Amino acid sequence: MANAVVRGLLAVAGLAWALGAQPAAAGENFVAPGSKAAGLTSCVEPTDFMRRNHMEVIKHQRHTVVHKGIRDSKHTLAGCIACHVAPGPDQKPVSVYAEGQFCQRCHAYTAVDVNCFGCHATVPTPPAAGTAAAGDLGAGLVQVPDHGVTAGGERP
Amino acid sequence: MTQEHDKVDGGRRSFIGAAAGLTAATVAPGLILHTVEAAPRSEAVTDKVRWGMLIDTAKCADGCSACVDACDKENGLDLQVKPHGASEAMWDRQRAVWIRKVQVQDNLTGRVTNLPMLCQHCERPPCVDVCPTGASFKRADGIVMVDRHTCIGCRYCMMACPYKARSFIHQVVEEKLTATPRGKGCVESCNLCVQRRDNGETSTACADACAAAGHHAILFGDLKDPNGALSKALASAASRQVREDLNLNTGVRYSSL
Repeated sequence: MANAVVRGLLAVAGLAWALGAQPAAAGENFVAPGSKAAGLTSCVEPTDFMRRNHMEVIKHQRHTVVHKGIRDSKHTLAGCIACHVAPGPDQKPVSVYAEGQFCQRCHAYTAVDVNCFGCHATVPTPPAAGTAAAGDLGAGLVQVPDHGVTAGGERP
Repeated sequence: MTQEHDKVDGGRRSFIGAAAGLTAATVAPGLILHTVEAAPRSEAVTDKVRWGMLIDTAKCADGCSACVDACDKENGLDLQVKPHGASEAMWDRQRAVWIRKVQVQDNLTGRVTNLPMLCQHCERPPCVDVCPTGASFKRADGIVMVDRHTCIGCRYCMMACPYKARSFIHQVVEEKLTATPRGKGCVESCNLCVQRRDNGETSTACADACAAAGHHAILFGDLKDPNGALSKALASAASRQVREDLNLNTGVRYSSL
């Protein structure tokens, strides 16, 4: 009888820990305060999708950009950076891969090591003279509601 | 009976309206493709264009480096720093350079010619032939470039290039531009300002700078457009390919050489 009670209590405690700990981890917000992303309710795709698949969409997009010259996708690494970069104490943008910043924090949490930033800039750089469209890297971003209707979707 | 016939059939109208809309949506992309050549940023580049250059060496001024400086600024090459402890001579040999000013002298007559040497964007590029990973490739619009995602830094392409147009990045790149990602372990070279091409701009940084300096030695354009300024210039003046004996059909041509 006593054993059964102890077992029951342990099971309840375990369940409580599991339920309490997991949402806290999953719900933790890594978005850097002061970034453009902090003021939006979701990313270019629903948050759950982006958490799991952001690498897939930019990996696909990199080929179409480099080989085909298609640069109007809403999935762009430059877009990620423009939106998620946060200003430092001196109001200058801090690298998204600096300690405690958006990309670094989440990748450290999930033990992922990426080398995107071996080549890609970690802060939005001002466009060189003459490159008009390079200035609106962040402007092409459109906030979509979770489960939003896609452009090609049927309309009533 | 007559009234029945005169009555507007609302359901039929909306069906026809929807069908017309659907047809337009299906056909319109094709129409746009034919009227506006490759909408900037949104459509894949095609082989309907081939980007190229005509460089008039008679107009290329001795001591002028406007094109080189503009290229460095456009692509963030001016952000390179000499590695700690490297000698000046070593840095001169190893820093990434996409355009070099070259002087050639005719030993018989002593005539000296200045010219900018850059990737010649060959139709049959040797760098693409030798690349083991497919990182060195030619875009449909004739631009020869490196996909840094697949470049393993073996430098075969640098050895294959007859123009010494490619550079290897030896050190970690601390500062780079959003428009031109560049990093350690990859080969790079002139890409005819590919970001400008995709944005639908009409010129390259070097051509703009040369014109701004008052020399107008570099003419950039579409080799396949018979009415374009480049085709007309090529048709009217004698021009040469550097190392034409290699039969590479270069996209960059030189006149007064």
